[in-house]
Amino acid sequence: MTAAPKRTKRGPSKSKSESGLAPAISVPKPANFSKQDELDAYRGMLLIRRFEEKAGQLYGMGFIGGFCHLYIGQEAVVTGLKMAMEDGDQMITAYRDHGHMLAMDMSPRGVMAELTGRRGGYSKGKGGSMHMFSKEKNFYGGHGIVGAQVSLGTGLAFANRYRDLKAVSLTFFGDGAANQGQVYESFNMASLWKLPVIYVIENNRYAMGTSVARSSAETDFSHRGISFKIPGIQVDGMDVRAVKSAGEMALAHCRDGKGPIILEMMTYRYRGHSMSDPAKYRSKDEVQKMRSEHDPIEQVKARLVDKKWADEDELKAIDKEVREVVADAAEFAQTDPEPDVSELYTDIVI
Amino acid sequence: MPIEILMPALSPTMEEGNLAKWLKKEGDAVSAGDVIAEIETDKATMEVEAVDEGTLGKILIEEGAEGVKVNTPIAVLLEEGESADDIGKAGGAKPDGKAEQEASAPAEAEKPAAAAGDDAVADMDARRVPGEGKVHPEPKKVDVASDPDIPDGTEMVATTVREALRDAMAEEMRRDEEVFVMGEEVAEYQGAYKITQGLLQEFGARRVVDTPITEHGFAGVGVGAAMAGLKPIVEFMTFNFAMQAIDQIVNSAAKTLYMSGGQMGAPIVFRGPNGAAARVAAQHSQCYAAWYSHIPGLKVVQPYTAADAKGLLKAAIRDPNPVIFLENEILYGQTFDVPKLDDFVLPIGKARIQKQGTDATIVSFGIGMTYAVKAAEELAGEGIDVEVIDLRTIRPLDLDTVIESVKKTNRLVTVEEGFPQSSVGDHIASQVMQRAFDWLDAPVVTICGKDVPMPYAANLEKLALPNVAEVVQAVKAVSYKA
Repeated sequence: MTAAPKRTKRGPSKSKSESGLAPAISVPKPANFSKQDELDAYRGMLLIRRFEEKAGQLYGMGFIGGFCHLYIGQEAVVTGLKMAMEDGDQMITAYRDHGHMLAMDMSPRGVMAELTGRRGGYSKGKGGSMHMFSKEKNFYGGHGIVGAQVSLGTGLAFANRYRDLKAVSLTFFGDGAANQGQVYESFNMASLWKLPVIYVIENNRYAMGTSVARSSAETDFSHRGISFKIPGIQVDGMDVRAVKSAGEMALAHCRDGKGPIILEMMTYRYRGHSMSDPAKYRSKDEVQKMRSEHDPIEQVKARLVDKKWADEDELKAIDKEVREVVADAAEFAQTDPEPDVSELYTDIVI
Repeated sequence: MPIEILMPALSPTMEEGNLAKWLKKEGDAVSAGDVIAEIETDKATMEVEAVDEGTLGKILIEEGAEGVKVNTPIAVLLEEGESADDIGKAGGAKPDGKAEQEASAPAEAEKPAAAAGDDAVADMDARRVPGEGKVHPEPKKVDVASDPDIPDGTEMVATTVREALRDAMAEEMRRDEEVFVMGEEVAEYQGAYKITQGLLQEFGARRVVDTPITEHGFAGVGVGAAMAGLKPIVEFMTFNFAMQAIDQIVNSAAKTLYMSGGQMGAPIVFRGPNGAAARVAAQHSQCYAAWYSHIPGLKVVQPYTAADAKGLLKAAIRDPNPVIFLENEILYGQTFDVPKLDDFVLPIGKARIQKQGTDATIVSFGIGMTYAVKAAEELAGEGIDVEVIDLRTIRPLDLDTVIESVKKTNRLVTVEEGFPQSSVGDHIASQVMQRAFDWLDAPVVTICGKDVPMPYAANLEKLALPNVAEVVQAVKAVSYKA
């Protein structure tokens, strides 16, 4: 099997649906990044990578309990989309959510302290890795039930339309969740009511340990909206520029009142499904090939160096600054007290 | 022999209706399938089609008549060769498809269920509290002993539970632009059970939203909209269908406030008919009060009277938490006094003492109250003065009111239609044992539905549900007077 992200078979500019069931949508060219864009993307993705590596360490040391799903490898997806989003747009995802929160400018301290179950965590330590929210930053979770966030994200879009807002709901789910029934119930309503929602399918090829080929009759998830007249495209989710331009196109589609759209992000997770995953279902070579040839951060780094927009020292300085932010978050998350026992009975009902 | 045309039932729970219009007159020829009349209830208007051929010999119930009981003869159809003189011999109607019923005199036909020799049907009527399904009959007298929320001298208006629920939603939608209602058939159809009647006309399609048949999906959409701050009222056509959506109710709506450390919750109402209706069998006849009462983060309300339905639904819509609002199809058409107040809101979490008494306490809620009230009346005739408590809210449960009552009467019987294991009554019994053991003079008796899926056959359905005799017997047992 090739390790390269699958590009659309029809070529990047062909219409999505030859059958005419869903509106034709062109796959936009990767965005032209300025030096500042490249540096922002580099720092944003690096923060997620270093944060997740630290979370993995803290898990191994016993500071983080339960389930912990790392986003390493998929950083370009959320980083590129955030670069396209505007104030007021909302984000909601499942449980592989740390990267989304960092991209939405939630504080690394607050996220890490939630992972360690401390009072300074975003949910006062009561939610954990899979259940975090920030109304202030328009991040609506952090949901532990595969697929549930798709209906919820559709509801956010319903609220935007009800209030006549221009805001768009970016509703993330994986290739695994794409086989849940409520996803299609949501597609139907979103298309019927022309709700401003982008369904971002992060296709990292494995639903836990089951590959897309073994779980899905239709493996092109950008086609999954055709029955509901929802257009969709496949995007190179390892290229932050391609993600950003796809995001801009999709946001404009929603803001124009054209209803929902699907962005299938072809991506890859380097780590296991969760910390306890031995990853026997794929070869080390497959992972290594992806890391060495398609790493989203290395791609940006190479462009920065090629264009002489940054030298090794400048990149190292960024890395150092990011490591300091992560170390501070980790320190806070290990020293912040656990929630007061009185918190057991708070926040159940208002 | 002349054939009687009987007042038809539009639904399994209809007891009577109005004869709105005759479309045929005496002497007209009638073919099978002809529309001969229009009948209406507060829920719907329907056309009556002729089943047999003949001539409309005599109209027995005039156009405009109100409160015509189901199965009352409304006209007589003459077959070929018969004349109006034969009308006295009319009969042979087969109410409720009782095929074995023999031809009977008109006098017997007036009480067709009894004429059918089928006690089950007669008793089905009993559990619906006969005479309370009128469009506007005499309102049921509710002996409110402890509802401090109604000022003395307030005008009372006879209102069905159905109207009370609709009024509550309409008032809250007028009050708050962020309140909307969504569900199957809530808009164009005016509600599968006509609870949302008129809302589309007043508030428009933006705020009265017909959904596809998609319980899991639209429950999630509702919760998502609530997380964004809107105040959805999600109607389930019945709570049986909400099992498709229970993950969104329990995992998303109920837990988000806690999991977000108090940042974000879901101000949403899930409402619809709950529990057994009549003759709809196992998959459509189940009480979810105990199920949802298990979940921290939910409030669970199940009213009995129209006043409680109105005041508590208004409270539920304003409540910042997810509220499960359990209604009952059989109660929808029943009429009660509702206080005429500008803004009648009742507290969630407070029981109502329906009737004060000294000898034993019956605790119930929702349609269970119909058994409790009748049992208390019977027992009063035998010199046993029962206190009847209507819980109204199942979660948070007003145990203080129950325990105060038990401290006075020393005896407790609970009544509900749900299954027995882990029932609401079980929880109350356990709490009373822990908090008021020394006041109990007898073990608590819990009356529930039987531990079986709801059967379809009328006689078995009757056996599966609680009945008044069981409640009476239980009170006597805890009083050692059995």
